Amino acid sequence: MKILVPVKRVIDANIRVRVKDDHSGVETANIKMAINPFCEIAVEEALRLKEAGNAEEIIVASVGPAKCVETIRNGLAMGADRGIHVLCDASPEPLALAKILKQIVERESAGLVLLGKQSIDDDNNQTGQMLAALLGWPLGSYISSIAVNDGGFEIIREIDSGLEKLQLTAPAVMTADLRLNEPRYASLPNIMQAKRKPIEELTPDDLGVDITPRVQTLEVHEPPVRKAGVMVSGASELVDKLKNEAKVI
Amino acid sequence: MRILVISECEKGVLVPTTLNTITAAQQIGGEVDVLVAGHDCSGLAESMSGVSGVARVLCCEHADLENHITENLAGLIESLSKDYTHVMAAATTFGKALIPYVAALCDAQAISDISDVIDADTFVRPIYAGNALATVKSSDSIKMITVRATSFESASTEGGNAAVENVEATGANQNVHFIEQMLSLSERPELTSAKVVVSGGRGMKDGKNFEMLETLADKLGGAVGASRAAVDAGFVPNDYQVGQTGKVVAPDLYVAVGISGAIQHLAGMKDSKIIVAINTDEDAPIFQVSDYGWNEDLFIAIPELNDEIEPEM
Ligand SMILES: Cc1cc2nc3c(=O)[nH]c(=O)nc-3n(C[C@H](O)[C@H](O)[C@H](O)COP(=O)(O)OP(=O)(O)OC[C@H]3O[C@@H](n4cnc5c(N)ncnc54)[C@H](O)[C@@H]3O)c2cc1C
Ligand SMILES: Nc1ncnc2c1ncn2[C@@H]1O[C@H](COP(=O)(O)O)[C@@H](O)[C@H]1O
Repeated sequence: MKILVPVKRVIDANIRVRVKDDHSGVETANIKMAINPFCEIAVEEALRLKEAGNAEEIIVASVGPAKCVETIRNGLAMGADRGIHVLCDASPEPLALAKILKQIVERESAGLVLLGKQSIDDDNNQTGQMLAALLGWPLGSYISSIAVNDGGFEIIREIDSGLEKLQLTAPAVMTADLRLNEPRYASLPNIMQAKRKPIEELTPDDLGVDITPRVQTLEVHEPPVRKAGVMVSGASELVDKLKNEAKVI
Repeated sequence: MRILVISECEKGVLVPTTLNTITAAQQIGGEVDVLVAGHDCSGLAESMSGVSGVARVLCCEHADLENHITENLAGLIESLSKDYTHVMAAATTFGKALIPYVAALCDAQAISDISDVIDADTFVRPIYAGNALATVKSSDSIKMITVRATSFESASTEGGNAAVENVEATGANQNVHFIEQMLSLSERPELTSAKVVVSGGRGMKDGKNFEMLETLADKLGGAVGASRAAVDAGFVPNDYQVGQTGKVVAPDLYVAVGISGAIQHLAGMKDSKIIVAINTDEDAPIFQVSDYGWNEDLFIAIPELNDEIEPEM
């Protein structure tokens, strides 16, 4: 089985983003970028499936500007076998992205696509679901465990009321939740080796996908800021304030 | 404008965020219909017909729909969507999985987690864990939307008089099999709709210590939540997690106990009306968003607080 892992380049999770003065978006110049944390978890899970003898090859793919190659190299340094970079000006909307990924899945005859559940910049939480719909493959969203068996995969999903166990027939699409695993660090030899692993470059046109956006961002604003309030020094003072000042208890 | 709201139910009981979604739909305007799909759900469909401002309730009863598997609902919603300009569900794990799936079947770009309605095509949604708010305009002929329930009031369950119509199920997907659900059952109010939420973080040190927070929550008639660190450490189950990747809550009172206030945690609770933080680190970022901060060891503070507050009558 070949596993495809789509990875996104995003602003590092530890950076506090700032909205640009012209309200066109957030400041990205000279800001630390990283692989989307959920994608890193997806790469790690693919590696574990391969190490357990359940997969032969892991392909990491990223769609976006030239710098996405760094994100692909990130996945390769963790242990993925090769990369695909679909070059375009910016990460496309989830629907267009899912169409691109569908083309790649079909070209590569992948048997499993492991995505992150959500990109931490746009917070879409859509691409995996859309890809499953387009491929007509079963969807395992928000998974925290995968067990490979004869028919396919037994997965556990994290849902609002607890956990849910499903059996998915292979091939399938899955999206990784935070607790699926703890990603490894790439070792120095692996980082060096990753530089020699192949990365194929394609464009949306090569794959016959129109990436014209359907949703336009008109403006981006800072949310209302909360002001720090007062400090209290004991339980009776706090309870008094909650009762008589804030009137919430 | 005709809007279809997908209701969510669990074991035949309505998940309250559906009512907030109906309010968001009413803000768009036009006719609002509600779909109730499940096994044994005609009672729920009947009660949804009383929700104020609902035009029609579509009821789809079938054993295949019992476990609300995305694939089994998607075909039904895709076929119904031809009559609608908007299809909406709450941004719960149910709605977040379902809406993009159906959107792709309809060749529409979904819009996630809207927190405000500007007009029928234009919405506000938080991005970057709520550190920015984007105003977005859709050019699709059908809008597929998930709704941030805490940003909209709950629709009244009284005063409506909608007709209930039955619709046919469209068949189950043979490649997905439900095995079981492991639900964490609680007598406490549901986290996302509770008026008071008491959350614990890594500072709690142990799952057993959450009993103190449960006592406090019970005295205040509230729910118990947690940070990711507390869930990852195994103190409490995953469904307690509040934040960018957990649940979004906006209660009247949020008490953060032994939680530092990482941006990903703030993303899930900073719209609470009043925030109280209890933390030994006076520089903890949580104090920057708290109305009342208490720089104290939680193992001293919580028992004191429990003694100070009389139980709910
Ligand atoms: C992609 C991504 C998504 C994430 N999503 C979420 C999310 O949805 N929700 C979430 O919560 N986090 C999320 N996180 C994790 C987040 O970044 C933080 O790591 C996490 O919130 C920290 O939890 P904490 O505050 O409990 O722990 P810590 O940051 O370790 O803070 C513990 C606090 O307890 C205090 N403390 C210790 N002992 C005591 C005591 N005896 N009395 C009083 N105070 C005490 C300490 O001073 C400290 O401030 C996410 C991270 C990433 C990268
Ligand atoms: N530009 C991209 N290139 C490759 N994969 C992506 C890209 N954007 C999103 N993804 C994948 O889709 C997942 C969910 O993203 P989203 O639907 O944007 O929240 C991510 O975790 C990635 O696995």
